[in-house]
Amino acid sequence: MHELSIANSILEAVRKERERLNGVRVTKVGVRIGELAGVDPEALSFGFGVLVKDTDLEPLPLEIEFTSRRHECSKCKHVFTVVDYQLDCPACGTKETRCIGGDELELAYLEVEEP
Amino acid sequence: MSRLPLEKKVLSENDRIAARLRERFLARQVFCLNFISSPGAGKTSLLERTLERLRPSERVALLTGDIQTDNDAKRLACFGFPVKQITTGGTCHLDAQMIERALADWPLESLDTLLIENVGNLVCPSSYDLGEAAKVVVLSVAEGEDKPLKYPAIFFKAELLLLNKTDLLPYVSFDLAKARAYALQVHPGMEIIELSCKTGAGLDDWMRWLARRRELAFGSPDLPEKCCE
Repeated sequence: MHELSIANSILEAVRKERERLNGVRVTKVGVRIGELAGVDPEALSFGFGVLVKDTDLEPLPLEIEFTSRRHECSKCKHVFTVVDYQLDCPACGTKETRCIGGDELELAYLEVEEP
Repeated sequence: MSRLPLEKKVLSENDRIAARLRERFLARQVFCLNFISSPGAGKTSLLERTLERLRPSERVALLTGDIQTDNDAKRLACFGFPVKQITTGGTCHLDAQMIERALADWPLESLDTLLIENVGNLVCPSSYDLGEAAKVVVLSVAEGEDKPLKYPAIFFKAELLLLNKTDLLPYVSFDLAKARAYALQVHPGMEIIELSCKTGAGLDDWMRWLARRRELAFGSPDLPEKCCE
């Protein structure tokens, strides 16, 4: 259950950004979480809600974009989403593919009120 | 209402400290490993067997993380190498700041190798970079062979899988071939060593991996002396 720590890091980042933007009102925060990040979106949402409650940031919805594992074929350069650990290239059949995404744990965006 | 793209890591603060640690390890040529497993897979036993096999002159130190107690540090201290317990007081993983704090009064220049035993947990520690050269995941045959598929994050991020407690294989339904295949599905090319801390089987392979991997990072710590001979 490190999702609470992750939620706290998100809130700290939001506060930092708000300060940088001269105290603008933040209305939403978006994060991107890959299936290889080891973070449970539901637990993260729950933890985030608990931490935001009764603070000056409330209400602050958290939008989570869950991303799949993506591979690129080293031969034909085809980029594909990995389903059920099938790592072979669906276009040319080669086994030589490399992971190019799916372990994201990123702050994607902030929505703020126009000044 | 306007949307501002941020595109930064959620754990950028941890990553910043981890990068600082990695720089220090590099400058002082300290080879650092981060051991991760579920509780009871045998991390502490593995470290005990490892320390037993090291010469007393080797410059190795250990940090061991637990939620409560300093039992592991006590177990590891009898081998004569410096050990420090990090008690997280509830936190389910070690983070880079805990490592930096623990190392504050330890002279890194007196070390060649730093072994970090993370809190027993197959999920949370995988998100936190500690500045290590590599993560090592320990899986015991008393667990399910499908652990790599169920907990892909750590098997994806670890360089080496140690399949421990192989002495129990006759008594459990663990399918070794399947476990290997699942790990390679999640992480093609992952290195895998089967071992038993109880019987000692496979421990030589592990010690060779440790020496080879350290050499790969920095060259052998013994090399200058050998050159002079």
